[in-house]
Amino acid sequence: MEYVIEMLNIRKEFNGFVANDNITLQLKKGEIHALLGENGAGKSTLMNVLFGLYQPEQGEIRVKGKPVNISNPNIANDLGIGMVHQHFMLVDTFTVTENIILGREITSAGKIDIKKAEQQVREISERYGLAVDPQAKISDISVGMQQRVEILKTLYRGAEILIFDEPSAVLTPQEIKELIQIMKTLIKEGKSIILITHKLKEIMEVSDRCTVIRKGKGIGTVNVSETNPNELASLMVGREVVFKTDKKEGTPKQEVLEIKDLVVKDPRGVTVVNGLNLTVRAGEIVGIAGVDGNGQSEFIEAITGLRKAESGSVKLNGKELVNHTPRQITDSGVAHIPQDRHKHGLVLNFPIGENMVLQTYNKRPFSKNGILNFSEIYKKAKTLISEFDVRTPSEYTLARALSGGNQQKAIIGREIDRNPDLLIAAQPTRGLDVGAIEFIHKRLIEQRDHGKGVLLVSFELDEIMNVSDRIAVIYEGRIVAIVNPKETTEQELGLLMAGSNRKEAGEQSHV
Amino acid sequence: MSKRFKSILTPIIAVLLGIIVGTIIMLVSGYNPVAAFTALWNGAFGEVYYLGEVVRQFTPYILAGLAVAFAFRVGLFNIGVEGQFLVGWLAAVWVGVAFDLPRVIHLPLAILAAIVAGALWAFIPGLLKARFRVHEVIVTIMMNYVALHVSNYLIRNVITNHGDNSGPIHKSATLRSPWLESITDYSRLHWGILLAIISCFIMWFLLERTTRGFELRSVGFNQHAAQYAGMNVNKNIILSMVISGAFAGLAGAMEGLGTFEYAAVKGGFSGVGFDGIAVALLGGNTALGVFFSAILFGVLKVGALNMPLEAGVPNELVDIIIALIVFFVASSYFIRVFLDRISKKEVK
Repeated sequence: MEYVIEMLNIRKEFNGFVANDNITLQLKKGEIHALLGENGAGKSTLMNVLFGLYQPEQGEIRVKGKPVNISNPNIANDLGIGMVHQHFMLVDTFTVTENIILGREITSAGKIDIKKAEQQVREISERYGLAVDPQAKISDISVGMQQRVEILKTLYRGAEILIFDEPSAVLTPQEIKELIQIMKTLIKEGKSIILITHKLKEIMEVSDRCTVIRKGKGIGTVNVSETNPNELASLMVGREVVFKTDKKEGTPKQEVLEIKDLVVKDPRGVTVVNGLNLTVRAGEIVGIAGVDGNGQSEFIEAITGLRKAESGSVKLNGKELVNHTPRQITDSGVAHIPQDRHKHGLVLNFPIGENMVLQTYNKRPFSKNGILNFSEIYKKAKTLISEFDVRTPSEYTLARALSGGNQQKAIIGREIDRNPDLLIAAQPTRGLDVGAIEFIHKRLIEQRDHGKGVLLVSFELDEIMNVSDRIAVIYEGRIVAIVNPKETTEQELGLLMAGSNRKEAGEQSHV
Repeated sequence: MSKRFKSILTPIIAVLLGIIVGTIIMLVSGYNPVAAFTALWNGAFGEVYYLGEVVRQFTPYILAGLAVAFAFRVGLFNIGVEGQFLVGWLAAVWVGVAFDLPRVIHLPLAILAAIVAGALWAFIPGLLKARFRVHEVIVTIMMNYVALHVSNYLIRNVITNHGDNSGPIHKSATLRSPWLESITDYSRLHWGILLAIISCFIMWFLLERTTRGFELRSVGFNQHAAQYAGMNVNKNIILSMVISGAFAGLAGAMEGLGTFEYAAVKGGFSGVGFDGIAVALLGGNTALGVFFSAILFGVLKVGALNMPLEAGVPNELVDIIIALIVFFVASSYFIRVFLDRISKKEVK
């Protein structure tokens, strides 16, 4: 069997820290080869070695059987290795074509021949089934389209081997389906793909083989057809992983949150939450299922005080809270794990310790008469860090330096520690690996068992089905159905989320 | 190399580079750099009189630097320190000439007037930013011109009858001290330096040790997270401009109650407010950094006066050297990269 890429016994150290230890990855021509590992396992390091950004201390890289020395990314490019980055490297104000040719412009007499370039882009995009408009501006196209531009960039540069770094992290379920189709087309056209991911479902769906790394060590390579998600997960984490989070039957009590006829507009003035009604009781988890863009973000922002509600009522334990300030809402017993942890959840340039008191800095014992008490602040931070298993060199480390999973654990620790009556979790596991997801789900259920109300918003149906006691389906800014996760199926939920059962659901609620 | 050590080394290297390039320029234009720098040194430290003048010079620089640095730490660019400085100056002098009170009341009152005037002048751009998202850079620049011409108008038409000078303030409102003057060979050294040092401490304490400072820093780094955490972003924006303006107004009092003891009609800006931007930048926007960089600016400004006398070098050249230093600080990125490279080699 011919290998297009062989990375043999690669070892990479940073100042004594071993990021890659004896990892072997062999990519066959025409296969999709998944690279699986937890956040921080060393996947990115390994790919940066292949891409010429790092030099390995030991090991050998062979391309088509010949040993090569990839000392910088240009050599990787010349060898036909292309990378589709997780965070797109695109110029927002340029067109699709301009971005694709950037650095490899076709010129005639010093002028860029944009017509010819567009023609070439069109040819490539047709050949690989990557429909894009070559003249569209990047800022005007969807995230899924932007990713296609990234793929086209590598193809335009003649890549034979494509590395996809967490490609589905930013995509909607529909876009993920299209991406999978694109990858299959690329393989048919003779390309080879390395897929970095921690989504087991995708690996099972598209990959031929899978190499697992754990804590920098190569664990091995398996044929995907001979394995199952459970085996992959335990290979990755090093222990059994429970997918179906264990939980006992919930015992819902009084109503904690009662929302009536809530109406919210988005910044453009469009009504995106349109008469929403919902209740959350103490001791239950209510999951909001819906396709992205049906008003979920604005809904959460309105009930947490970050966005003005046009009308309606939001009651917490019978007390009206609509259009109160975030501080008033927080102090009334609402905790909020925000959807975007970098934008809302953390001050990245603060030490993680100071982030732990982001809402409580003005309360005792963290301050007295307006003077901060740093020893109390860092004492609290230390307890939360160990209790919620936040992996950080110290409580003085800047939040920026932590990995996404650890940042999220810090936020969850902070929010749960405030002992709220209602915990709002917006996409709490986005971009995290199975280990961290399991941890977070356990914590949410634990809160429920302590008699708190939990409101969970997620685009992952698995998560909604697993964790919730009741599922509320949101469509065009309304709750169109409430279903019991035990009595529903993904298909039914999918239909409800697409609005197809809306009329029926509406009739039922009027009876 | 530790991070702290690097952040100290960076401005020092910037200063050295400025001096080196200044030397080259002097050589090219036919002046003797050794004589010039000796003259600069003598002009700042040669006599106790010069020493007193250096301190007098850097006192308002400290406060103007604090004003810029404070706003910057909260994520705002206060380019209007010059204007706030001018209204502070005028307000202090006005109180100084209009009343005749015992010194324990008159002097604090005049100082307070300067602080309030500067704070109010900065309140306007703060309010516009918070309410209507008008960019503070544009508003503060324009407010500088308004301050200049309004204070000229007030001196001509309100404080005096078509005069171009307010006349001296009452002795009960002065910051000057016969004792300080006598120990520095009758320089214009005044008590303002104590206020400047106290202000440094206040800025540090306010930002680093209080809940208010925690909010201000949070808003500066990430407004969204601050809002999420229940802080009032708009209130903090206005407040930080007001505090910044208060420092600038106090800087004005240094000139109005200390150095000059009067306010005169001005043809243009004093430059102190703009130098404050450079001071803050060189000092890394920290209280201690501002203190030291203000000293450097004071030394350069006062020492420069001696360069034409002793070495025949035009003092415009000193302005060029100061500009070069600021240039190298502003481009400190490459100094930092250079230091990173050195420290990496050390590890290997």
